[in-house]
Amino acid sequence: MKILIIEDDREASTFLKKAFAEAGHTADTALDGETGFALADTGTYDVYIVDRMLPLRDGLSVIRELRSKGNKTPALILSALGEVDDRVTGLRAGGDDYLIKPYAFSELLARVEVLNRRTGAKDIDTVYKVGDLELDRLSHTVTRGGEEITLQPREFRLLEYLMRHAGQVVTRTMLLENVWDYHFDPQTNVIDVHISRLRSKIEKGFDKPLLHTVRGAGYMIRAD
Amino acid sequence: MHRLRALMNTTAARLSALFILLFAACAVVLVVYVSSLSQRMITTQTQEAILEEMASLTTAYQRRGITGLVRMISIRSRQPGANLYMITDHNGLILSGNVEMIEPGVLDIAGWTEQPFYYSRYGETSELQEVHQAVAHVSRLPNQMILLVGRDLGEPEQYRYIVRRALMAALGMMGIGAALIWFFVGRKALKRIDSISEASIQIMGGDLTRRLPVSGSGDEFDRLSENLNAMLERIAALNEGLRQVSDNIAHDLKTPLTRLRNRAEAALAETGDENAAREALERTIAESDQLIRTFNAILMISRLEAGYSAEATTKVDLSAIVGDVVELYEPVAEELGVMLHSDVTGSIEVNGNRELLAQALSNIVDNAIKYSAGSREAPSVTVTLANSADAVRLEVIDNGPGIPQEERDRATERFVRLEKSRNQPGSGLGLSLARAVMAFHQGELVLTDGRNSAGLTVAMVFSNGKNG
Repeated sequence: MKILIIEDDREASTFLKKAFAEAGHTADTALDGETGFALADTGTYDVYIVDRMLPLRDGLSVIRELRSKGNKTPALILSALGEVDDRVTGLRAGGDDYLIKPYAFSELLARVEVLNRRTGAKDIDTVYKVGDLELDRLSHTVTRGGEEITLQPREFRLLEYLMRHAGQVVTRTMLLENVWDYHFDPQTNVIDVHISRLRSKIEKGFDKPLLHTVRGAGYMIRAD
Repeated sequence: MHRLRALMNTTAARLSALFILLFAACAVVLVVYVSSLSQRMITTQTQEAILEEMASLTTAYQRRGITGLVRMISIRSRQPGANLYMITDHNGLILSGNVEMIEPGVLDIAGWTEQPFYYSRYGETSELQEVHQAVAHVSRLPNQMILLVGRDLGEPEQYRYIVRRALMAALGMMGIGAALIWFFVGRKALKRIDSISEASIQIMGGDLTRRLPVSGSGDEFDRLSENLNAMLERIAALNEGLRQVSDNIAHDLKTPLTRLRNRAEAALAETGDENAAREALERTIAESDQLIRTFNAILMISRLEAGYSAEATTKVDLSAIVGDVVELYEPVAEELGVMLHSDVTGSIEVNGNRELLAQALSNIVDNAIKYSAGSREAPSVTVTLANSADAVRLEVIDNGPGIPQEERDRATERFVRLEKSRNQPGSGLGLSLARAVMAFHQGELVLTDGRNSAGLTVAMVFSNGKNG
């Protein structure tokens, strides 16, 4: 995946470039809004990471102009502004995700990978498959090896989100945001307990584990 | 000189100067009006008196001819304070009367003299001879004789002089009075303001316990001082809060930061065992995540408490939030052996921020589950939502150990972890955040006993007046 990082903190952007390289991605960096816009406008990137406050031109205006020119490349906004309304403003400007500083790199990596449209399931897919596990989005049924598994509505949505991003790490906050639609940080490991419940339902009686815990990052569903 | 300029600079002085000007202008207008009115009245009176005189002289002339007229005039002329009389023949020779000399030209025009003229009376010695002013009526008799009847203007002249003097005296007294008032009021005001600014200089100098002087008279200076004192009180309270928070932050973050540092150091020392080093690093990251979380919570509380949070509020379905949070925590509760259930009927809406309310409620539920988990008999947490006439109450009731009455107020303060719970995990910010969220919603966080006076009830109370 090719990533464009528009971030004015030289140290942070150098660290990000190196860290993304270690995760197998290539990243270009721009230190101000104008350079960032010019690079983004070439249209050769899979994901933009845009700091909200930039010299010469602020991040939101960069994204807004890219969108007005028909550029649909997913953009993740990094910001020190953390109120709910700031997030709403960011997403309204055309951002696809919003991450508040300070953040863990594992969180940023997971979110950027999920934003990449070249991987993961498509919106039009009605059935997600991971190994012998199948989820039908229309009939709301889940089967494994042909056997039907009964899930609570929330468990279904949890599994749906995980399977949509099969092979990708999803973090706890991503799950809380996308499955519960809340953006706060729960104090306790509430998400972990939901995951272990789901895991017991889809793995009990089967040899092969599908739902994996990625240490220090989150969860991933994959077949192998 | 400096003091005088300072006095001039006071509002009181400026106001009194303005009032003096206004009053003086009014007095001048009044005096001018009164004197012109009385002038006109005197003129009318004079003219009427002359006309009357004329009429009686004409009658005398008609009855007794010129001889009778001349005689009458000579009698009247000699009376004390008499009017002016003069009768001449066709050559201008004075036949009778009390006028010796008259401004030339006065007799040429019949009727009222247009302007006062000068004359002198008969019998006045040449040394004492004064020149008087008078108005008169001139009429021609049939045989070319001229009759003049007039009145001296000495009287109205004197009247005008009196009025002018009265005006001067009044203006002078007004000026003196105003200057006195100006001096005393202005100086008093100046003194009060001086003491206020002196006090504020000391306060600015760092003495935040100092207050502005209040004289007790309840005047506007007192009100100003009282309000400023209240403001200082609030600033001092905020300052104290800030100081306490920074103390607490220093205290509460020092421990994990030290631990973090030690762990990193230990990881560095783990040269042989890569797994151990890795584990140490992972724990380090987890710990710094917790630190970030704590910082975020502190930031949020401060923003909400300072009242400058820009979070938007809309109609929020509280019942849905209760449903979400209970559903979110249900597996955790079950794992800890706590019965978590909700008692919500219908849908109750308040005006608020969904994210903040959900976070506040989840903090409270989180606490309730953690603390009741240890209780001996069937730990349970119940969330109830009820709408009454004056308030919407969202209660989280547990049957844990509860919080002693006297410690409840402190329980919602930042970083306060009551003695019993020192060993429990958590940042100690959960209830403080909930309280700040409720303050943001113009509501209250109320701590009372749980059911059967065991455990704890934490109520989020929304006043219906504002939230409907």
